[in-house]
Amino acid sequence: MTDLTDLGIREIRDGVREGTFSAREVATAFNAAVAGAKPLNAFLVETPDHALAAADAADAARAAGETLKPLAGVPIGMKDLFCTKGVASTAASHILEGFTPQYESTVSQNLWDAGAGMLGKLNMDQFAMGSSNETSAFGNVISPWRRNDGGNAALAPGGSSGGSSAAVAARLCPGATGTDTGGSIRQPAAFTGISGIKPTYGRCSRWGTIAFASSLDQAGPMARDVRDCAIMLEAMSGFDAKDATSLDLPVPRWEQGLNASLAGKRVGIPREYRVDNMPEEIEALWQQGIAWVKDAGAEIVEVSLPHTKYALPAYYIIAPAEASSNLARYDGVRYGQRNLPDGANLQAMYAATRAAGFGEEVKRRILIGTYVLSAGFYDAYFTQASKVRTLIARDFEHAWDKCDVLLTPTAPSAAFALGEKSADPLAMYLNDVFTVPSSLAGLPAMSVPGGLDRAGLPLGLQVIGKALDEQGVLNAALAIEERAGFVARPQAWW
Amino acid sequence: MADATAPYRIKGATGDWEVVIGLEVHAQVTSNAKLFSGAATAFGAEPNSQVSLIDAAMPGMLPVPNRECIRQAVRTGMAIDAEINRWSRFDRKNYFYADLPQGYQISQLYHPLVGEGSIEIEDGEAVKTIGVERIHVEQDAGKLMHDQHPTRSYVDLNRSGVALMEIVSRPDMRSPSEAGAYLRKLRAILRYVGSCDGNMEEGSMRADVNVSVRKPGDELGTRTETKNVNSVRFVMAAIEHEANRQVELLESGGTIVQETRLFNADTGTTRSMRSKEDAHDYRYFPDPDLLPLELDDAFLEECRASLPELPDAKRKRYEAAGVTPYNAGVLTAEVETARWFDALLEAGAAPVAASNWVTGELFGALNRVGKDITDSPVTPGQAAELLALVADGTLSGSLAKQVFEVMLETGDAPGKIVEERGLKQTSDTGAIEAVIAEVLAKNPAQLEQYRGGKVALFGFFVGQTMKAMGGKANPGVVNELLKKALG
Repeated sequence: MTDLTDLGIREIRDGVREGTFSAREVATAFNAAVAGAKPLNAFLVETPDHALAAADAADAARAAGETLKPLAGVPIGMKDLFCTKGVASTAASHILEGFTPQYESTVSQNLWDAGAGMLGKLNMDQFAMGSSNETSAFGNVISPWRRNDGGNAALAPGGSSGGSSAAVAARLCPGATGTDTGGSIRQPAAFTGISGIKPTYGRCSRWGTIAFASSLDQAGPMARDVRDCAIMLEAMSGFDAKDATSLDLPVPRWEQGLNASLAGKRVGIPREYRVDNMPEEIEALWQQGIAWVKDAGAEIVEVSLPHTKYALPAYYIIAPAEASSNLARYDGVRYGQRNLPDGANLQAMYAATRAAGFGEEVKRRILIGTYVLSAGFYDAYFTQASKVRTLIARDFEHAWDKCDVLLTPTAPSAAFALGEKSADPLAMYLNDVFTVPSSLAGLPAMSVPGGLDRAGLPLGLQVIGKALDEQGVLNAALAIEERAGFVARPQAWW
Repeated sequence: MADATAPYRIKGATGDWEVVIGLEVHAQVTSNAKLFSGAATAFGAEPNSQVSLIDAAMPGMLPVPNRECIRQAVRTGMAIDAEINRWSRFDRKNYFYADLPQGYQISQLYHPLVGEGSIEIEDGEAVKTIGVERIHVEQDAGKLMHDQHPTRSYVDLNRSGVALMEIVSRPDMRSPSEAGAYLRKLRAILRYVGSCDGNMEEGSMRADVNVSVRKPGDELGTRTETKNVNSVRFVMAAIEHEANRQVELLESGGTIVQETRLFNADTGTTRSMRSKEDAHDYRYFPDPDLLPLELDDAFLEECRASLPELPDAKRKRYEAAGVTPYNAGVLTAEVETARWFDALLEAGAAPVAASNWVTGELFGALNRVGKDITDSPVTPGQAAELLALVADGTLSGSLAKQVFEVMLETGDAPGKIVEERGLKQTSDTGAIEAVIAEVLAKNPAQLEQYRGGKVALFGFFVGQTMKAMGGKANPGVVNELLKKALG
């Protein structure tokens, strides 16, 4: 019998339906994989009983001859940004240590309603702020990948959804939830050789997801391949009256709509994404990607997104501004950590609680955000950044006159070593250069593995689509996936 | 006494000073649920019994606008002829305090729901239009309780997230009495519209009072803002005190500091709370959890169609029916009175007689028994019946008073009382003539004087006749027959 943990979402779903194996066998196999992968530090909380309970429900339903739910028997990992009822939820921050929600986020509830079970809560950059997982208050995740140079340098799994990317790549779960504010699904997916899609802003409810930057935060799936992403995204998406920014639209049948032929489609290549000092291998992969989509029948058009160079600065104003306000509720009054020095008044309690509870990167962004919103600076920073955001969205609108999807690299490099960039926040922020523009515009975007670099590390290609056209994005990614034939996987060392 | 039409001035050592007043009124929107959550809003509930996950700002919670609160604010705007902004937006006002779980208040700084409007006030004889700059909706904060424990403070989040309208006037008022008239009128409008219960004691309505002084004709002076004043009387007292304080300060060579002040109801004085220098930087920015609010035609039409007749229009209607301006003003000042009076008219009462009766008999009686018109022991239907009995001559004025007393005691219908107690007025000329003959026979001296030219004695004969008939004679018939008998 094959190792069940080698199977993806579709294979598990179909296997359980067909009775090839039981859901309990699947859950048991993944629970064991999770328990055996402590060195990766991918999980903050393990919930084997949750996975088993969902599995037993699936097996019972099958035994009773019922129609199985879309994700019946599929155990998944849950990024710790999602509040899960009765299971500690901390956003990988000390300030929420000890906090156990009495409610279930809409996205996680949707997954449970679809029959999925939870293997555990996944580590991440603290409050989703980071690109390497090094800002977690509970120790960084280590990528399951290693360079082929024989060295044992611990590599970044990407971030902020680094626990999710590492766990899927290491076969600890067939799929995991991620969230993406400026690239937090796509960059870690690229770093670990898996697929991940950030849908159109508003597809997945934000209710019960711990907020980083409300106008950008969007949940999405991370999985082994494009089809698995489509299956999981269908289960996660849907209108939610509890989120005023939720899209009141039916969820398309993305899996059913998958089609790898790009005949009649135009794929745009934005010239501004050719950045200085981009490694030759990234450029080569991009060219390879262009050749693949051409092979799939697409016409290639060069397009211009002239405001691209302002995207990163605008993002690092808007996201911290929103974060500085969103994180004000962590004050030690009602839940989580409280630091009350002897004789402290209210202000001193706030200061002590927040000083001890938040990590350095979170503090940095709160300070940036507070600064850009303060009297006298608001117009120069926040208002200006909001205008840039509008211009960036307009750039994309103009591009859609010429093409159906855009193809770019996902990140400007392969995974870097842990510690390599953590002393230089700006170098870290540059990781988001290709992912941030589509976040600012609220567009669906996906990373799909394209190949390996010379060091044997995965590289990803990004497909960006029109608002609501997740299908177009998934199809272009599928065309690439079929041609890339990416089968590399990390060798277990943990 | 000063001429009533002379402008209000503070007499300073250096001359007269003019007072400039603007009011920011916070009115709690009448709604079963809070502005962005489904939690209840009832007053006086157990602490923290009306708190949703959103109001407590639990991680991942999101606000969703309550349509009813928006509707009430729009209706209020329409009631003061204000511009309704079809596109408005919510902003976050950021500051830390233990009664503010989110660490920000959701309000509307940049694009309020309601724009320019106006309210007409009457201050004595003078009629004046006060501009309203804007109305925006925002969340209320929770309440800190410092008296529950020797060393701890408690937080009650029942009010957290309750919808408020902030109604911002132009600095158009020039005296405490104008400010009082504005507040009373605004309160009446809110209560007519039903968008706020106007209950100042329960904190449903409170005012931030902006006051500055200047020599007439000068530029505006520096203003102070006295926060959270919760009665009309206190607002007037706060203005009076604050204006005099500013004049004294300026005349003694000082300068006014733009600052926030607090009113002490016990002493009638204000004191500094914080100056502009240590004012918060609220870091307002558009709330990214909420989309801009866009109002469509159907919504606006429904809002407009649902507006009741407002005090000014009602008053004009009463006056047109012959009611005196004074009575019309009294009858329309409170929505409950106007409703009661309208019900009385609907039951068929004649406007003029009804207005006199309500403002005289009914108000006097309610005053005596200490009841509001909403729990009047007499219904408008019963009152209409009583007035009809007077109109058709069944009851005289004094008999009507007697019947009304019985109605107040028993709650019985006037017809029943008249029947049972035989209080019906008589117009039986034979009976009245017989009594008149008796009265004349008993009072020969007065009769002689009358016939000798002392016609003022006519009233004496009327009184004697009425008395002899136990008050039940129709006064008109008595008059007529007496004139005949006296020749």
